[in-house]
Amino acid sequence: MKSIRYHKAITEALAEELERDSRVLILGEDVGMGTAFASTRGLVERFGTDRIIDTPISESGIVGLAVGAALNGLRPIVELTIMDFVTVCMDPLVNHMAKLQYMFPGQHQGVPLVIMASCGGRVGAGPQHSQSLEAWFAHTPGIKVVMPSTSYDAKGLLKAAVRDNNPVMYLYHKGLLRAPGEVPEGEYTVPLGVAETKRAGKDVTVVATAEMVSQALTAAQDLEKAGIDVEVVDPRTIYPLDIEPIIASVKKTSRLVVAHEAVRFCGLGAEIAATVTEMAFDYLDAPVKRIGAPSVPIPFAPSLENAVLPGARDIVQACREVCGC
Amino acid sequence: MAKTEPQSSEDLQSDVATETLDWMFRMLVLLRRMEERTVEMFLSGKLPGWLHSYLGQEAIAVGVCAHLNEDDFVASTHRCRGHFLAKGMAPGPLMAEVMGKRDGICGGRGGEMHMADWSKGVIGSSGVVAGGLSLATGVAFASRYRKTGQVVVAFLGESATNQGAFHESLNLAAVWDLPILYVCENNGYGVSVPQRKAMKIGDVSVRAASYGMPGETIDGDDVIAVHRAAGRAVARARRGEGPTLLECCTHRWLGHFVGDPQAYRPKDELEACKRSDPIPRFEDYLLMEKVFTPAELEKVKAEVERQVTAAFEFATASPAPDPADALRGVFTEGTE
Ligand SMILES: Cc1ncc(C[n+]2csc(CCOP(=O)(O)OP(=O)(O)O)c2C)c(N)n1
Repeated sequence: MKSIRYHKAITEALAEELERDSRVLILGEDVGMGTAFASTRGLVERFGTDRIIDTPISESGIVGLAVGAALNGLRPIVELTIMDFVTVCMDPLVNHMAKLQYMFPGQHQGVPLVIMASCGGRVGAGPQHSQSLEAWFAHTPGIKVVMPSTSYDAKGLLKAAVRDNNPVMYLYHKGLLRAPGEVPEGEYTVPLGVAETKRAGKDVTVVATAEMVSQALTAAQDLEKAGIDVEVVDPRTIYPLDIEPIIASVKKTSRLVVAHEAVRFCGLGAEIAATVTEMAFDYLDAPVKRIGAPSVPIPFAPSLENAVLPGARDIVQACREVCGC
Repeated sequence: MAKTEPQSSEDLQSDVATETLDWMFRMLVLLRRMEERTVEMFLSGKLPGWLHSYLGQEAIAVGVCAHLNEDDFVASTHRCRGHFLAKGMAPGPLMAEVMGKRDGICGGRGGEMHMADWSKGVIGSSGVVAGGLSLATGVAFASRYRKTGQVVVAFLGESATNQGAFHESLNLAAVWDLPILYVCENNGYGVSVPQRKAMKIGDVSVRAASYGMPGETIDGDDVIAVHRAAGRAVARARRGEGPTLLECCTHRWLGHFVGDPQAYRPKDELEACKRSDPIPRFEDYLLMEKVFTPAELEKVKAEVERQVTAAFEFATASPAPDPADALRGVFTEGTE
């Protein structure tokens, strides 16, 4: 094991996959200089401008082009850097990338394509650079959506995403870029669609995604002092969602809090809460609590941003409420 | 509405091989008869969904596709069936798709606006105006990247050139010298809105200059003219010199969709359509140049008719898709 930052884990995954498969290439704005988040730093020096391709500022055109290239034998990775820019590529993403496999069955070997983008706030990026829009894509049949919360998952999920024959949205979190974490020295992948328990506990289950996993772990430490033993489950893949470990955990703890940074209304938390009541209602000792952002844009000033984005404090409070203390 | 009046036959002097002329005539008749019989079936209420007819525009698909190899590609729009037949898609599975049958080329999942046939280089059609352009550009990107030598043709309507996707695609294709032709079929209307209400320019092809690629406007109802212009553009793409925007002026006979009353169109315009019919124009030429005798042309028509009948029989006999199939195949299995 070695400890590397989350952004370095992303770059390592890209480098290993570029090395392994000559059909893999990266398209995006400023990927040659490494992007503002250092996600592709050093790759152009190793793999050249034929495979690390600086594009014009044409996100929609590039996503569509990557879909076409994926149909014709390549395995492109598009680095959008900021998730908010998916809004200008919704047609290629939703009407084409997501649907071609189903609409044109048997015509090609899948649509092997990865769309990378950073989601989330906590860096003062303001209303148009801080959103977590994963629910839009989880709601669109035909797209796999992953959100790594650690260096280990960042690397392993990205490698698995590149090898998958379906379109994958790989959403890394801006607030985690510099966070260190352990990764193995050798080759590994993290399979898509498999959740992981990040902390075992017996009193309450917290299902958290992306940066909220760290917030949940911080909350768990606080709650331990109060005698509440928290289990933290990280779905890692938003779609297809690995619901079984969540159900199993709820059957053990009888209490559930779901925490994500995205807007709470119509968010992943609502989906998980509903599924748990369908599958494990009799095990619940308290109503499921959902934590997410209120329905407002994410403002710039730190005092305002903190007022909007949920954090460890909210998780602590929710856990206390469901535990009745 | 064609901006270029039909040329007289004398202007049409040919450097085209007899074999190609034969193929083009056969294809024109195939596209026409498939279309006429599909429209008939639609009007008798026997087809689900909508139908966007290609009647009158056939010379464009035929003149362009005459230059393509089996492993070259075409991409198209809601008005796609003519392009795909001309690229070699089998008429039976195409028709079965239009009917929503199990043996449709896409198992009945796509219908007339959404089909593909990769065995014939048919990338697919997009029901989103200009939506397929960036995909076609990406197929051309992969062709260049993998050095396969494949050329891509993206068919589009003139209204699609007002979309952002058109701009982004042409700019990318130009800056990366991609082997692609953007073939714009200018039939003068986007549904009911005439071109003059939607853009300030007359010739759409002038847009090419802003991307640094050649642009040309031709009479799209003259199959020889289309063939000649497409030949130059395909050769340019094959030489690795990049994309071309080819505007082919043509006429949309039946309106936007079959059943469109076209009340928004002046009467004389509809009459001009018939005068510009590419098939009699080509027949006159073939007879005058003594390429074929009238009897030979009739023989081709009879052969095509049998082919069309067989396609309709195949499609009609095919059962409806199994409802359970609706839930399958959103994702493909397996990884690398
Ligand atoms: C993005 C989008 N907007 C609107 C439509 C509805 N629509 C379908 S075809 C069409 C007109 C297209 O005109 P043109 O591109 O000139 O092609 P033509 O129909 O003349 O072949 C419209 C508005 C659509 N399918 N997609």
